[in-house]
Amino acid sequence: MLWIPSAHAQSFMPPAATDIAENVDSLYGFLLITSLISFVILMGGLAYFVNKYRRRTANDKTAYITHDHTLEFIWSFIPFVIFMICFAWGAKVYLDMRHMPEDAMEVHVIGKKWDWEFIYKNGRKITSDVDDAGKKIPANMVVPINKPVRLIMTSTKVNPEDKRDRAVLHSFFVPAFRVKQDIVPGRYTQMSFTPTKKGKFYIFCTEYCGTGHSSMLGTIEVVDELAFNNWVIGDDSGGPKELSLAEKGKEIFKTRACIGCHSLDGSKMTGPTWKGLYGSNREFNEGPALVADDNYLRESILNSNAKVVKGYAPNQMPSYQGQLEDEEVTAVIEFIKTLK
Amino acid sequence: MAGAGKNYLNHEKGIMSWLTSRDHKRIGLLYFYSIAFFFLLGGILAMLIRTELFRSGLYFSPDLYNRFMTYHGVIMVFFVIVPGIPAILGNIIMPLHLGARDVAFPTVNLMSWYCYVGGALLAFLSIFMGGADTGWTFYTPYSINFSGANITAALAAFVAGFSSVLTGVNFVATVHKLRAPGMTMNRITLFTWSLYATAILQVLATPVIAITVLLLAMENIFGIGIFDPELGGDPVLFQHFFWFYSHPAVYIMILPAMGVISELITTFSRKTIFGYTAIAYSSLAIAGVSFLVWGHHMFTSSQSEVAAIIFSVLTMLVGVPTAIKLFNWLATLYKGSIQMQSPMLYALGFIFIFTIGGVTGIFLSTIATDIHFHDTYFVVAHFHYVMVGGTLMAIMGGAFYWFPKITGRMFSEPLARMSWVFIFIGFNVTFFPQFVLGAMGMPRRYADYLPAFESLNQISTLGSYTIGFGFIIALVAIIHGALHGNKAPDNPWGSKTLEWTIPSPPPHENFETIPTVTAGPYEYR
Amino acid sequence: MSTDSHHHAHHFNDAEHEYVTSKEGVWIFLTSEILMFGALFVGYLIYANMYPEIFIEGSKSTDWRLGALNTVVLLFSSLTMALGIYYCQMNDKKKAVLNLGITILCGAIFMIVKYFEYSHKIHLGKLPGMWFTGDTHGVENLPLYFSFYFMMTGLHGIHVLAGMGLVAWVMIRASRGEFGPHYYTPVEGVGLFWHLIDLIWIFLFPLLYLV
Ligand code: HEA
Ligand code: HEA
Ligand code: HEC
Ligand code: CUA
Ligand SMILES: [Cu+2]
Repeated sequence: MLWIPSAHAQSFMPPAATDIAENVDSLYGFLLITSLISFVILMGGLAYFVNKYRRRTANDKTAYITHDHTLEFIWSFIPFVIFMICFAWGAKVYLDMRHMPEDAMEVHVIGKKWDWEFIYKNGRKITSDVDDAGKKIPANMVVPINKPVRLIMTSTKVNPEDKRDRAVLHSFFVPAFRVKQDIVPGRYTQMSFTPTKKGKFYIFCTEYCGTGHSSMLGTIEVVDELAFNNWVIGDDSGGPKELSLAEKGKEIFKTRACIGCHSLDGSKMTGPTWKGLYGSNREFNEGPALVADDNYLRESILNSNAKVVKGYAPNQMPSYQGQLEDEEVTAVIEFIKTLK
Repeated sequence: MAGAGKNYLNHEKGIMSWLTSRDHKRIGLLYFYSIAFFFLLGGILAMLIRTELFRSGLYFSPDLYNRFMTYHGVIMVFFVIVPGIPAILGNIIMPLHLGARDVAFPTVNLMSWYCYVGGALLAFLSIFMGGADTGWTFYTPYSINFSGANITAALAAFVAGFSSVLTGVNFVATVHKLRAPGMTMNRITLFTWSLYATAILQVLATPVIAITVLLLAMENIFGIGIFDPELGGDPVLFQHFFWFYSHPAVYIMILPAMGVISELITTFSRKTIFGYTAIAYSSLAIAGVSFLVWGHHMFTSSQSEVAAIIFSVLTMLVGVPTAIKLFNWLATLYKGSIQMQSPMLYALGFIFIFTIGGVTGIFLSTIATDIHFHDTYFVVAHFHYVMVGGTLMAIMGGAFYWFPKITGRMFSEPLARMSWVFIFIGFNVTFFPQFVLGAMGMPRRYADYLPAFESLNQISTLGSYTIGFGFIIALVAIIHGALHGNKAPDNPWGSKTLEWTIPSPPPHENFETIPTVTAGPYEYR
Repeated sequence: MSTDSHHHAHHFNDAEHEYVTSKEGVWIFLTSEILMFGALFVGYLIYANMYPEIFIEGSKSTDWRLGALNTVVLLFSSLTMALGIYYCQMNDKKKAVLNLGITILCGAIFMIVKYFEYSHKIHLGKLPGMWFTGDTHGVENLPLYFSFYFMMTGLHGIHVLAGMGLVAWVMIRASRGEFGPHYYTPVEGVGLFWHLIDLIWIFLFPLLYLV
């Protein structure tokens, strides 16, 4: 299929900076070519017939053709086959895209009206900045090349006290990576990519979020591993070192009474232990079992009665909804993740 | 019985005789005036949008732009393109095609127009209350901000929805029960078939949007929390409800347009339709499958991967009956006697543009590519190709085709052709660059954009002014024709369907005596 | 106007034609109504699946006896509605008006019971969403139950009121003797609508009171 590369050379897509992007572009090339062919057949036929069978006299005789089953079968079956190819190919690439590698580096993304915030495991937090001229420098996420990255994303309000305001939808879109994922308040969504080209790429917000929607820009900078390692520990401000997310989580564990009911060493207290909790299979008093992922832990913390772990009584654990902020919940979850 | 020279336009006089008329033809005209008004309004908003996007940087404030964008979408969808063909051309022509004296429930028909007007007034009210800025999709939680404008805009869609349901109820009953003797279901016109399929969609899908926007209004007034994550609700559920209606709604927009095209193609190639049964039943197939594909608007919304895959494959199935129609129209031209009058130009323009819109729909229903294209200008280009290039082209073609029947006068052919040239060229200049912009990654609903996107946006803006000019010419052609056109003969195009057997304009009663039908609608031998 | 007299409208062949067409129209409209409530039921099922506990807890605050009473009242009214149609057809003006009157009365009893249920809940602060001030009994998001409760019964209640209005309209016309064996389309149509209201309640009752 030699024509596929030649098609996507002209595809107007931005340069592809991940392997998935290359796959998307091949599929896009296939779509372009097949639709161009169908379009030419249809329009060619149209132009030809319109010229050839132009009305000559006021009472031209026309052929009386009502139908032809073979023809009709052909032009429903061929498109059907093409459509199924598009579907299967698209679904395959999509599943690759949605595959979350185990060893991925995790970065937390928070969307707000109307800015991005990126938080690394070690507590490093990236926000937008202004240069000396007062011009906005969009938040810049730095990631190492050739390493899978997983983003855990949620949306929060600018001011949690404001009762009339709502956290809204945003969407994280990097054209060069061909990936996009909506960010939904009240839950975590995730996406993953493995950049293969160094450089700086744009992040757009692609879910309408109000006044600042079109200025909700960010950038993502792909650097080599060494540079990344230096960057991620380096705190340019020179101020006191930030706690890592897991460390913050541990603080919350100690100060917000979790410690009274949950152990870290595997022993059973009022509540189940946190040891080995993340990624383990949970069974409940009611409803189907599931794997403890970020969203499950979030729900357990904010609304623990929704699913009561087998062998424990409901209504024991207080609800932390409105007590813990999104970022604190994230920190606790990061802490739980470290307890292997 | 109507005396000599009496027709539906002049058999009663005075404004009240129009506002209380239960004559399907007069109600169709009432709809025409109101929809044309909204179309001009929506079009002017489009020009404002394009003007803002002429260069990187801002002419208006983003808040103002967002309101232009929202009202452009809401007006064009709920007040122009959804009611468009059924309420104007369907109302006037369908009973004539069936050999009936009216639709089944004339009073309900009039009520549906008043619902439309009620919705329209609410939409205006919401503008004066500060204007909604949610986009036409009203996604929660953004739309939950307890603002009066959002409530009224949602209620406007609710009330306008009733007009659509009532039209649907009326048309299903009309097709079932009011066919002239001998008019079997296999002899009704393809236009009627398409309206029939549309009416079923209207009856079954519209109530869901009605309850959804009602819930949204309650959310805004009482904070009921069903779609509000702060109160435990699920904002994505709103998207499911919304698209459960709004996807079938896009076929509510396109099916009647396809019906119009079937009429135009047969008349102007003076040939019987190729594959009557296939075209008729593919309308029903499209209507049926369209209820199962709504999730293709939500591939990135955080629905499960399995759901995305199922919605993708079902969406592909919709493409097949659509392809059937396109190829059948092509085959109809074969060995015909083709006359390039302006309605036919619009029909051929429809085929050209709709095919592009349709195949780019396949780009979007292929999940992996949609992840990139979703909410970029590629989607904007796709839906303008199908809605403007498709449905609007068909409305124009149909309007010129039935103009002599409706008004009793001929329009100026050169003017009509000129309008086509400007609209057709302007359209492609406006929206083709938007595919490229979308591929480059420019998101939609952006009041401002990166300088890299500027040159293509400028082409697009210039193109949109060309469309505007084209519509001005079309408007002149219509007004001039209605006031000063030559008297139209009963059957100017040599067509075979029933409406051309009665005088232009038709008498109040339509048919002196109800015809008895003995053959199909396109017997060109 | 067609409905004011026994004469069929000009676009129908005869009265029979008008009757079957109108009846079909009512049926199609009812399909639309069913889908409207259907969407609410789907929403209910999704949330009941997501948060079973709030529906279990929430339904405790409804009194199943009042619900059952209302069910019986509506079922009985469906019977009287059917009798009303029958006597209209039989040209028995007195009995028709009597039965239609009882139907309206039943609707009114239903609404009065609803009024007491509502005011009790409002009194306890058991209101939808953000207006909720009552006791959550430790069940997070309990107010969602009341959102569904008030939305579903509220929309249903509006339909009951509309139905009462329609029944009153046909009752007045019946008392003028406008109906008979050859023309009773409006009563029949209103009757179908009333049965639908009854049917919807029969689904609402177990979902909201008996979970
Ligand atoms: C008139 C209205 C109309 C019509 C008819 C269509 C028709 C189709 N649409 Fe479109 N669509 C919209 C109006 C319409 N759409 C609107 C308004 C939106 C955006 C809403 C918003 O977000 O604001 C949208 C968005 C939209 C999306 C979501 C995009 C996104 O937001 O990410 C998708 C995804 O699947 C899609 C798919 C399709 C498909 C597969 C068809 C098919 O029916 C097309 C079938 C036709 C053909 C395929 C052409 C003929 C076939 C051939 C010539 C055979 C050969 C073809 C090939 C080999 C390719 N549409
Ligand atoms: C049937 C529906 C319909 C129709 C007909 C149109 C017609 C047009 N639309 Fe629109 N459009 C939508 C439905 C439609 N649109 C929807 C649903 C959205 C999404 C909204 C959302 O995101 O929520 C949208 C969004 C949309 C956008 C994207 C906005 C954004 O995402 O930020 C743009 C940008 O170019 C655009 C442009 C146009 C143009 C140039 C026309 C032209 O074709 C209009 C031509 C018509 C006229 C010009 C009027 C007639 C002429 C006159 C009144 C004479 C005066 C003329 C002059 C001033 C020159 N539309
Ligand atoms: C008064 C006791 C108590 C306190 C305090 C408490 N918990 Fe719990 N927790 C429980 C009980 C009991 C359960 C198991 C029952 C259930 O799932 O509701 C539980 C379950 C959980 C689970 C799900 C665990 C699993 O095994 O699936 C998480 C996560 C959790 N708690 C986090 C927290 C956090 C974070 C805090 C503090 C901020 C906290 N808990 C404080 C009693 C408590
Ligand atoms: Cu954030 Cu759009
Ligand atoms: Cu769709």
